[in-house]
Amino acid sequence: METVKINDLACNDLPWKVIYDTERCTLCGSCVAACTFDAIAPKVERRRKSFSDTETPEPKIKFSATPVIAQKNVIKNYCRGCGVCERVCPNNAIRAERNPDSRFQVVYQAATGTGPKRGGRNNLEVAARTLDTLRVGRISQMTDPSLDAQRHTFDCLAPLGRILPATSLPFSVGPDGALHKNGTTPPTRWIYPVIIGDMSIGALSWRMWEAVSMAVAYLNEECGLPVRMCSGEGGMPVRLLTSKYLKYMILQIASGHFGWNRIIKAMPHMTEDPAGVLIKIGQGAKPGDGGLLMAAKVASHIQAIRGVPKADLLSPPNHQGLYSIEESVQKMFLSFNAAFKFRVPVAIKVAASATSVSVFNNLVRDPYNIVGGFFLDGINGGTGAAHEISLDHTGHPVVSKLRDCYLAAVAQGRQGQIPLWAAGGLGKTGNLAADAFKMFCLGANGVFTGKLILQLAGCLGNDHGRCNACNTGLCPAGITTQEPVLVRRLNPDRVAENIVNYFLGMDQELRKLMAPIGNSSLPIGRSDCLVATDKAVADRLQVQYVC
Amino acid sequence: MCRIGAIKSLNYVHPSKALQLMNSQQKGHDNSGFAMVMQDLGGIFEKYKQFPTLSLACTDEGLKIAEEILATIGFRQVFEWIPETNRQPGMDIQAMPNYVFRTFDYPEQFKDAPQREKEELLTNTRLQLRFAMERDQIGFAYSFWPDVITLKEIGDPRDIGTFFGLWEADDSFTAKNITAQCRQNTNYAIVRYAAHPFFLQGYVTLTNGENTFYQKNNEFQASLNPAYIGFESDSQCFLYTMHYMHRQLGWPLSYYKHIITPLPFEEVVQREDKDELLAIRQSLANLEINGPNTIIGTLPDFTMWVVCDAKKLRPIVVGHTEDTVVFSSEVCGINEILPDRNWETDIYPNEREIVVVDNNLEVQRWKQ
Repeated sequence: METVKINDLACNDLPWKVIYDTERCTLCGSCVAACTFDAIAPKVERRRKSFSDTETPEPKIKFSATPVIAQKNVIKNYCRGCGVCERVCPNNAIRAERNPDSRFQVVYQAATGTGPKRGGRNNLEVAARTLDTLRVGRISQMTDPSLDAQRHTFDCLAPLGRILPATSLPFSVGPDGALHKNGTTPPTRWIYPVIIGDMSIGALSWRMWEAVSMAVAYLNEECGLPVRMCSGEGGMPVRLLTSKYLKYMILQIASGHFGWNRIIKAMPHMTEDPAGVLIKIGQGAKPGDGGLLMAAKVASHIQAIRGVPKADLLSPPNHQGLYSIEESVQKMFLSFNAAFKFRVPVAIKVAASATSVSVFNNLVRDPYNIVGGFFLDGINGGTGAAHEISLDHTGHPVVSKLRDCYLAAVAQGRQGQIPLWAAGGLGKTGNLAADAFKMFCLGANGVFTGKLILQLAGCLGNDHGRCNACNTGLCPAGITTQEPVLVRRLNPDRVAENIVNYFLGMDQELRKLMAPIGNSSLPIGRSDCLVATDKAVADRLQVQYVC
Repeated sequence: MCRIGAIKSLNYVHPSKALQLMNSQQKGHDNSGFAMVMQDLGGIFEKYKQFPTLSLACTDEGLKIAEEILATIGFRQVFEWIPETNRQPGMDIQAMPNYVFRTFDYPEQFKDAPQREKEELLTNTRLQLRFAMERDQIGFAYSFWPDVITLKEIGDPRDIGTFFGLWEADDSFTAKNITAQCRQNTNYAIVRYAAHPFFLQGYVTLTNGENTFYQKNNEFQASLNPAYIGFESDSQCFLYTMHYMHRQLGWPLSYYKHIITPLPFEEVVQREDKDELLAIRQSLANLEINGPNTIIGTLPDFTMWVVCDAKKLRPIVVGHTEDTVVFSSEVCGINEILPDRNWETDIYPNEREIVVVDNNLEVQRWKQ
């Protein structure tokens, strides 16, 4: 008889239980080798078997030592439910099963004195997604015929860069009766309305980052889609900085300033301007938590790119040198505009918050015209490491906040002057085209996405607590790890192919949405073509309610 | 569906021509109204060209309010034309009690004011009249501008013509430019202001079609100029965009097309003027239109033009003789009033051009 030790950790305290079938297992060891979390291990169980080898029952007892695979009840090695064991098992002998009676939140904190951390996903699902209560309702029929998604041409591009009102354009009418631009205007780039959002080389494995870069280059060079990718905070390889492909990259600077030493040193050798500079003030998935790259992921090449020792790399939740919006405009934006001689748009990324509109108003009224994009990030997105409490219990949804910013611009007649870009759980259901299109109609010029890209690469995680181990450096898919053995699980060519195919499909789908509302360019702010099936959503977003 | 038409001539033309032009297309419109703008006036108005004429339809109460406002500002009446109306039983017309076409001299203090200042006075006065008479719909101030007369009424265009005695041509009530349209805004509430042509400071537009980017246009224009009001029809946006571009920004007419139907990016980047075109597209993205339409318009100097949208198009034909050019939704309208023209020289404007007719009747086709 075993004694009940109630305060010891048991497997049924953990969020996932490993279900194992001795009968099917050949003890090949694949699952144990594949589990990056060391959550399972072989062990020997003492098995008792009663049998009878005579014609009439004469039970005998046999004890045997049987090798099995068993889940570890160690807090550090808890099963994340990634399912790699099941994928690798040739006999379907093992799988992870969600434990609805998990006591993990309690036992983890009670044992470690700290809350759980995980890769960026909001797992606290409380309501249906706002975007799913919206439909593209204005389907043209008689008076305004729809376009033909196959036959007509569509302009699916969005601006990145500060846009002047027409009255401020430096135009004069020449003797030829044509307008001539006599002065300079802020740099503006027309790019694909979906930016691959800021995931750093550090958060991602080098193969994953390379795969995304390859996909972006292919989409531009071969498919004619001017898709841009944001570097994330953490710099870039010098070879890329000095290559022609830099023009497809948006360089990010955040409060840790990681990687900028290299970028600045590479500037004299750059052959192309970057697509833009994105100053990250905050991010929506974990506002107030800042960036976090665990020491486990700070491999030697990451140390080299960022110029740091192997240590936990924390980007503070705010920029230490900036105390106000006005100051951020004057100091930071002017510096970065000047750094590239006012040829490169400089944009800001902020977390959606109660005061997003105030921040936006301040920027859109700035007299220097140097803020070239307002990237608004809400909850439900995020790919990086963070404290679970930040991921689950902080943040602001992006949809209503984006709408507020757009309507604030409309009220001032300044719509479009600072392009609005939105993110935060877009594409969560797998269909980014629909989410993006609805955001356009609500006022976004474009959207950015990160997590969906990970899913395309084969990420096994989901929003129901599966895996979510991006912070550990033990990503079983080789996506968010710097462990060479794990990184090699990822085939960068396949990942690039998936991303390219997804974008091509999305481009078709966007046309399929533009055609029925009869628009050949993106319907920015056309809330009249949306309807809401939820009255509260309709009222909040000023969209027609239908039932 | 709307049917629209316009006549531009070297000679003064009576509005009966416009009625004939539109009458032959009556199967295409729904006979719900008639509206026209006459510019470069002849006949009894010819000697008052430099003075602003008010076109007003109102009740007795509305007239009283209007007279008070005009007197307070200091406008002095120099001429008045009262149409002889002919009301017969069974007529399909929702006539107003009074139709006022009065020509004024400017207030004393504006006598030597710069032209622009006088023009702003006229517009502000018209808006003041409009607002004052808006309640209970006691009056409608359509235009207040030199050398311009506007008439809009609800009902069957034939009966409206009879009511105002417009079927009988004479030399007393004529113009060299007439734009006309035969439909009320029957998709939505019937509002007299919603009938094309629309007029603002010498600019006129009338449209057959839809404006799918109405919400974007409307939201943007609402903050550009206090005179950009109403929006009872999505087609008013086309007028305001032209006014904003041509008068406020001072850009040439040819850029209208670049604003409302910008070239695809792939074509723009091939062009020498790509910097200008991209800047225009960026700054005026909210004035882009999308939808099937044809827009006819005139400028303050009476240049007449027509454009279509870039994809869906609505029909328009331009036919001409030595002394007259006619724009019409259907060619039967032109056949009616220019039966002897050479129809082989008719122009069917395409999606990338503006057809422009100057005061010498030189017809030009500008490629975007």
